[in-house]
Amino acid sequence: MRIDMSHGSGGKASAELMKDIFAKHYSNDILNKMEDAAVLELHGRIACSTDSFVVTPVVFNGGDIGKLSVCGTVNDLLMMGAEPKYMTAAFILEEGLEMSLLDQIVSSMAKTADEAGVKIISGDTKVVEGKGGLYINTTGIGLIPAGREISAGNCSESDVVLLSGNLGDHHACILSARMGIKNDIKSDCACLNRLVNSLLENNIGIKAMRDITRGGLGTVLNEIADASKCGIEMIEDALPVHPEVRGFSDILGLDPLYMGNEGKMIAVVEAEDAEKALALMKQNEDGKDAAIIARVICGKGVVMRTRLGGSRVVDVLYGEGLPRIC
Amino acid sequence: MCIAIPGKIVSLDYPKAKADFNGNLVDVNVGLVDTKLGDYVLVHAGCAIEVMAKDKAMELIELFQELEDIT
Amino acid sequence: MMNIERMIQELKEYEGPELKIMEVCGTHTASIFKSGIRSLISPKLRLISGPGCPVCVTPSSYIDRCIDYAMKDHHVLVTFGDMMKVPGMHGSLSQIKGDGGSVELMYSPLEVTEKARQNPDITYVIAGVGFETTAPSYALTIEEAVREGIRNIRILTALKTVIPALEWICENEDGIGGFLCPGHVSVIIGSAAYGELLHKYNKPFVVAGFEPEHILAAIYDIVRQLRNIKQQDSSVHNLYKNAVRTEGNQKAQKIINHYFEHGDTMWRGLGMIPDSGLYLKREYADYDGGSKGLDQDVQLPRTCRCSDVIIGRANPDECKMFGKTCNPMSPYGPCMVSSEGACGIWYRNIKKGE
Repeated sequence: MRIDMSHGSGGKASAELMKDIFAKHYSNDILNKMEDAAVLELHGRIACSTDSFVVTPVVFNGGDIGKLSVCGTVNDLLMMGAEPKYMTAAFILEEGLEMSLLDQIVSSMAKTADEAGVKIISGDTKVVEGKGGLYINTTGIGLIPAGREISAGNCSESDVVLLSGNLGDHHACILSARMGIKNDIKSDCACLNRLVNSLLENNIGIKAMRDITRGGLGTVLNEIADASKCGIEMIEDALPVHPEVRGFSDILGLDPLYMGNEGKMIAVVEAEDAEKALALMKQNEDGKDAAIIARVICGKGVVMRTRLGGSRVVDVLYGEGLPRIC
Repeated sequence: MCIAIPGKIVSLDYPKAKADFNGNLVDVNVGLVDTKLGDYVLVHAGCAIEVMAKDKAMELIELFQELEDIT
Repeated sequence: MMNIERMIQELKEYEGPELKIMEVCGTHTASIFKSGIRSLISPKLRLISGPGCPVCVTPSSYIDRCIDYAMKDHHVLVTFGDMMKVPGMHGSLSQIKGDGGSVELMYSPLEVTEKARQNPDITYVIAGVGFETTAPSYALTIEEAVREGIRNIRILTALKTVIPALEWICENEDGIGGFLCPGHVSVIIGSAAYGELLHKYNKPFVVAGFEPEHILAAIYDIVRQLRNIKQQDSSVHNLYKNAVRTEGNQKAQKIINHYFEHGDTMWRGLGMIPDSGLYLKREYADYDGGSKGLDQDVQLPRTCRCSDVIIGRANPDECKMFGKTCNPMSPYGPCMVSSEGACGIWYRNIKKGE
């Protein structure tokens, strides 16, 4: 069975879709009240983040758009030091979408949210003309414990930058499917709760955290350098890239430095905590390939110390990372 | 001007072949080179343009030898 | 024994007169940038980025024709990713895709025959940019289409050849001492192809691979040749013997010559260079998307100095538009269009025209 315009009409078909798919998978005390708005009791500093997910193909090696939407939302909250609590989910479905595929994605979303300790408390579904595609918009809400100050603007000279693992996995996985290149590259799509919590629980002096998504590491480090009004010096040899992803990016002329991940982060920590933070990351499945990749220096912008001992500027990504011949 | 990288021929049905680039399998046309299974071919835009004689490490050793001879 | 450390040391300590060395190929430019080679050698050794990025030298009327095809019913324009943001008169392929244009990305033109077979009602127009390295892929695509009777493929060619462009540069240059020759073009044309230029202009031509070590070795070789006072004559050296033969890949040359013939073509920023283009022969006109005569170029503002930058007469920051009206987000000339163009690199690496 496929989605058609009647599923977005607000009538009987909409109600059935709600019951058979969404209500089946998402169930919690707040959502189940089925009021016009979810009512939350929250006290303290609240982190709020919204995001849209438009990836194609919607199912990929290592995940799907449902899982991705939770990971992306949860990770954004975590990066501010917040404990993710709630999220909303608005679906835009294109006519012709397989109902079983929608069920699979909604189920995967519910499972991922459950694992990350997040309740899906409000939702919406619209149907538009199209070719069976599916888009998800989310908003996440988290609570920041008192006294926790994590911000891209906090970094200062001599701080150390840790990267939680290999660059470019998600981007390479998605683009492989689109370009018809066969490999076993898996998206790294993951919620980083455990990784972040292990750093926080062990009192690592975290200045800033960012997850590495669109624009890649190069863009993220520039954002941090800008926000903190300092420079960052990277070490080319230290950057972890899986050989298969390296091979893939070489074929298409892409640079893993500008390729997106969905389960990787950087943490900027005080120099004295760097080794301890690295060890903590490496203990975690999502951080087993972690490395110290850069340090904060006086100055501005991001520079790379290259393999042969040269240096160059690392700028933000301009345009999109597209396959090249030259 | 042109990105080309070496891949290993893992299956061959002349002139079509599959080349392996660190675990990435790509269809390659080998009609313009004399190649066999296991060879490393230099591939640009889906077309093998040459058979690579040596691996990277060996290539660099010979490069420096060459410079020595020139200078 | 020569090694990388010794080579870098010598190039760093170079104290002679300023030498300009042109790397013709955009992929060399990219590798020089990525490995930080400029920071490793003496500032007296100036590396000039030549016109070797096929998409950046494509004139705007070609882009406009691509856009026309993308907007035409039952037509799909298939292209390499590099072409997406090159500006025509009325926007780029990237913009037109947003307006509903049918644009698909390819890794290889050889993929297109399969698409064409599966969708006989759609005409696939391949944006056929490139130099000698890419020309054989297009030739093989036509060969397959002819053999299999596939009729719904067209190639819109903007194929260029390197030797006439080098000759143009040698005629117009301003103090370029030697050339780092494009490694992968040389795979096809062979290192002997530079012999005639050598005799005419007596400059070092060194064929190099793309690892930073290859490039440093080639720079080292060129500097040695230029500084060797006893040796009167320069040479063509092939430092990429692992892939480049003296005579090149003759099968590839043969297939290029079977399907294509030479003709004049327009280089964005440089102008018309006689006999520097490749066009499908008349026998294969059915597969041509109307490639001849796409010579109109955007009216580059008079202040644009790309043509001076490409031949090493001006530094990017000597152009009044640099970093201001002309920047990576809205490029005018070819040197800014590509992230590997001289201005694109200069913008990111050195000064932002602030």
